[in-house]
Amino acid sequence: MSRSSDDGDVADASTEPEAGVDRPAGSVAGVTRGVFGFPDRLWQALAERRPPGLPGPERFRSPLRGPWLTSVFGLVLLLSLPLVFLTGLLDWIAYSPALHQSIPSHVGLLHLPYFTWPTRPVWLFRLTEGLHVGLGLVLVPVVLAKLWSVMPKLFAWPAARSAADLLERLSIICIVGGIVFEMVTGILNIQYDYLFGFNFYTAHYFGAWVFITGFAVHVSLKLPTMVRSLRSRPIREVLLTSRADTRAEPPDPDGLVSPDPAPATLSRRGALAVVGGGSLLVAVLTVGQTIGGVARDAALLVPRGRSYGNGPNDFQVNRTAEAASIQPAATGSTWQLSLSGGPTTVALSRLQLLDMDQHTAELPIACVEGWSSTQSWTGVRLADLARLAGVRSPVSAHVTSLERGGVFAEARLQGNQVLDPDALLALRVNGVDLSPDHGFPARIIIPAAPGVHCTKWVRTIEFAA
Amino acid sequence: MGDLYPRMRRAYGAHPLHLLTLVASFALVGYAISLLGVRSLWNHHVWWHSIIVWFLGAVLLHDLVLFPTYALADRSLGAGWRAVTNRAPTATRSVSPVNYLRLPAMASGLLLLMFFPGIIEQGRGTYARATGLTQAPYLQRWLLLTGAFFAVSAVAYGVRMVIAARRTDPGNSGRTAVDTPGTVEV
Repeated sequence: MSRSSDDGDVADASTEPEAGVDRPAGSVAGVTRGVFGFPDRLWQALAERRPPGLPGPERFRSPLRGPWLTSVFGLVLLLSLPLVFLTGLLDWIAYSPALHQSIPSHVGLLHLPYFTWPTRPVWLFRLTEGLHVGLGLVLVPVVLAKLWSVMPKLFAWPAARSAADLLERLSIICIVGGIVFEMVTGILNIQYDYLFGFNFYTAHYFGAWVFITGFAVHVSLKLPTMVRSLRSRPIREVLLTSRADTRAEPPDPDGLVSPDPAPATLSRRGALAVVGGGSLLVAVLTVGQTIGGVARDAALLVPRGRSYGNGPNDFQVNRTAEAASIQPAATGSTWQLSLSGGPTTVALSRLQLLDMDQHTAELPIACVEGWSSTQSWTGVRLADLARLAGVRSPVSAHVTSLERGGVFAEARLQGNQVLDPDALLALRVNGVDLSPDHGFPARIIIPAAPGVHCTKWVRTIEFAA
Repeated sequence: MGDLYPRMRRAYGAHPLHLLTLVASFALVGYAISLLGVRSLWNHHVWWHSIIVWFLGAVLLHDLVLFPTYALADRSLGAGWRAVTNRAPTATRSVSPVNYLRLPAMASGLLLLMFFPGIIEQGRGTYARATGLTQAPYLQRWLLLTGAFFAVSAVAYGVRMVIAARRTDPGNSGRTAVDTPGTVEV
C-alpha cells in the first residue's frame, strides 16, 4: 500500500534520480522515472512549486522504514484482507438475496455467484462472520503499521511526474480511504455507535468494492517490488539482528528509506514484535465474543463479553423486549401463533405448542457483528408446523414478530431453513422458558442462519408452497 | 510505427498495461458508486453524515490526524529524555526508558482508538437498546488495562536496569549492554 510508484524525492526535486536507484528498464508496472510525462512543462512546473511547509524526506528519520518492512506488512495484508473481503461477501449471501433480504438489495454484478445458503455445518455463519469481524479487528495494527511505513510517500514532491503517477495516486485513495473507511465503520457498528449516520450495510458493502479494486491494482503493480524486497533481507537475518546492529535499508527508488536515518531505538524484529503484539492484544480482547466460553470473560472492551447473570438465559441479547416495544400483555396467555399458507389459518396457543413433539438442538446464535453464542434450544420443528399448516413442501416462510417497526421485525426463511430437522420455533432454552429479552413466548432458531433472521416474539408464520 | 510504443510510454509515464489496469479499476469504482447512487454519497440534512465525507476523512485520518498525534508524542518523549540525559552524564550507563514508555502507551492508545465508543460512552442509547446494559464498565476496564501495561513495563524496566547496572559494575568487564540514549525517530 505504498502511496504510488513514482520515485521518492531522495534527491532534490529538480535533480534527476541516480541511475543506480532507478528501476530496471522494461519493468512492466513501473512508472518511467527521471523524466516528465506529457506535457513536460506542466509536470515540471508542478515539481518547481513545492508547497511551503511540506515536510521533506529528511524529516522522516526512522531507520526501519524501507521496502523490506513495508513488504512484510504488505504480505500479511495480501494474505489476510482478501479473506475479510470474501467472508463479507459470503455473509451477504447468508442474508438470502433470493428472498430480497440482503442489504444492500441492488448490487448489480458486485456479488459472489448466487447459491442457497446451507444450514450445515451449523456453525457456518458463526465462522464466516466471526472471521470477518475478528480478522478485521486483528488487522488494525498491521494496517496502521503499513500506513506508517509509507508516510514519506504522502509528502513526496512532485506528487506526480506524469499522468501515470497521477492515476496511480488516485488509485491509492481507493485503497487507503477504502480500508480505513471499512475499518472505522465496522468498528463503530459492532459497538452500536452509529455516529456515521448513513446505512452501515450499504456503505460497508460498496466501500469494500472500492477498497478491493484499489487493492487489486496495487497488488498487480507492486507484487514484483514486494517479492524483490522480501528477498533482499532473509527473515532469519532480521530475527538475529539486535537494535544496536540495526541499520537503514539501502536507498530505494520509492523513497521509503530515510536519507538521514537516526540511530535505531527499536530493531526490525522489535518492530515486528510490536505490531504482532498489538494484533495479539486485540485478538485476546475480542476473540471471546465469537468463541465464547472462558474467553468471553477476556473480551473486556467489546459489547459481547458481558454476562447478564440470569442463569439459563444468561447469553447475549440482541435488542431487548423493551427496545422492541413488546407489551407483556401481548405475550401472556392470550398469545397465539398464527400459521398460514395452507388451506386454512391455524392458531396455536403456547400450551398447544408445548403439547406438540419437542425437539432440542444445540445451535449457535451468530450475529453479523461477529459475536456468537451456542445454546441448547427446545421447541417445535418448523417442518412440523408447516405440515400442520397444510403446506407439504414449503419453498419459503415469512415470519413476523410482535415487534413493531424494526428492520428485523420480520424475516423470510429459505425452504432448506424451514425443513432442516434442527430448525425450530424455540419455546425454551437451556431447560427453561425463554426470557422476554430472548423472545418469549417463542422465537425462531435456524442452523447457520444470521441471528437477525431468528425472529423473536414470533406472531405469525406464513409458509409458501 | 516502431517508435510509437516508447513515445507513448514516455508521454504517459508508464507501460500501457499500467494505463489499462488503472482505467479498468476506475470504471469498476465508478460502477460501484453508480449502484450506490451518487446522491447517496451526500446527506443534505447533516453534511457529516455523508458517505463521501467519511470516505475522504478516512483517506486523511491516519496521515493527517493519527500520525501527527503519535509522532508528536513520540518526539516529545525523545526530547524530554535528551533534556534529562544532557543534564545527567551518567545517563549513558542507564537503560533508555523510551521503549518502556512507548510500548504501554501504544497498547493503551490502540485500545482507546479501537474501543473509544464504549470508553467514552458514545452511542449510549443504541447500546442499551441492543444489549440491555450500559457502557459504564468500559472506562474503568480501559484504565485498569492501561495501568497494567505500564506496571508490567515498569517491572521489565526495573529488571533491565538492575541487569545493566551489574554489567557495568567496575568489578565486571567493561562491556556494557546499554541502550543509546533515546534518539526517537518517527
